[in-house]
Amino acid sequence: MLQRLPAAALSKAGAFSASRAVSPRVIRLSSARFASSSAASANVLQSLVYSRATLVSATLLATGSIAWYTHLYGTLPFIGEVHASSPAEVGLHPAAYPWSHKGWLDSYDHASIRRGYLVYKEVCAACHSLDRIAWRNLVGVSHTADEVKVLAEEVEYTDGPNDEGEMFQRPGKLSDYLPRPYANDEAARASNQGSLPPDLSLIVKARHGGADYLFSLLTGYVDPPAGVEIREGMNYNPYFPGGAIAMPRLLFDGVVEYDDGTPATTSQMAKDVSTFLSWAAEPEHDERKKIGIKAVILFSTLTALSLYVKRFKWSVIKNRKIVYNPPVDKTH
Amino acid sequence: MALSTAFYNTFFKRNSVYVTSIFAGAFAFGIGFDVAVSNVWDNWNRGKQWKDIRHKYQEADSE
Ligand code: HEC
Repeated sequence: MLQRLPAAALSKAGAFSASRAVSPRVIRLSSARFASSSAASANVLQSLVYSRATLVSATLLATGSIAWYTHLYGTLPFIGEVHASSPAEVGLHPAAYPWSHKGWLDSYDHASIRRGYLVYKEVCAACHSLDRIAWRNLVGVSHTADEVKVLAEEVEYTDGPNDEGEMFQRPGKLSDYLPRPYANDEAARASNQGSLPPDLSLIVKARHGGADYLFSLLTGYVDPPAGVEIREGMNYNPYFPGGAIAMPRLLFDGVVEYDDGTPATTSQMAKDVSTFLSWAAEPEHDERKKIGIKAVILFSTLTALSLYVKRFKWSVIKNRKIVYNPPVDKTH
Repeated sequence: MALSTAFYNTFFKRNSVYVTSIFAGAFAFGIGFDVAVSNVWDNWNRGKQWKDIRHKYQEADSE
């Protein structure tokens, strides 16, 4: 990173430090200029401004923030760059959508979570696992306990060993985790042109843009622009870094049928499954926000109280008046 | 002054009463605050939480 600084910058830095050596003259000049105004405070200010500690800390601050910026963004600030690639190759930036759980006080829309589960089950679960969600996690969130039991029983789980040492099949229970579509990652790759469909449990937290990205990705399939070649079996999606994604467009109007009568349009399903996966990544979200409200109210009250008590206790000291009575000369 | 005297006599005079009223007060405030915040939360998020839509699916169950 430093070797990319132009040499001129370094020599300028040298010139700067050379000018430090003659700084006493500078101080005198400028103190003369400001002498007409309140000289004492100007001097304090100047000795602060010209002190070695200020120089060192300003240098540290500047190098530190440049280093931090470079680390974060990979380029030096305010220095133009030329790229052989176009910004589209790192993926389009998703728009910020007005999620129903976006605001500080907003809970999830649980009807949407319920619809999103349906979309996950009917569409995404063919390729993507959801390892961190157990059936019981859906109870009281999107389904009743009875409904979830029925859902779980539709799936066969291998359990055991029994008392003869053999594994056996049994219907799912509330404590089972959601089934995986493939036995292992290699099988998943083999069925998807070598690309692994990632586990979706934490995908909203694992991608820049979170739910916005997910929604844009699911609804963003378009024909590749002229000149962009997409290999056989790949699909063009401007929101996916690189543009070529192994997952085809899956959401088309009416792919699922919602039990609450909501029209299953592409964007509706993308919104619902994104909400569902937001919940999967952050199931504590509702409770967290509620506790947050309480904490903000309590702590701001306590802060106000302690500020008041401080002022109250200090008022005596701050308002005292110290009078100096010079000793009276008794000789005459 | 009478009010503050009465206040002093009821709550501060005996340490046993003083400590008990602090504990009881903390308990009551805890519940009250919780109820108040929950009410605001439920009002703000009306129709979005599970308890607002649960009845749709439970009725279907009992049929
Ligand atoms: C036909 C199988 C298939 C189905 C069905 C499917 N996906 Fe995928 N998905 C994939 C594959 C394969 C990848 C990996 C893409 C790649 O790396 O090129 C993927 C990747 C993803 C990614 C990660 C993209 C990234 O930034 O890395 C997300 C998010 C995703 N899928 C969401 C979904 C959702 C939501 C659904 C349900 C609507 C779904 N998928 C349905 C095959 C599928």
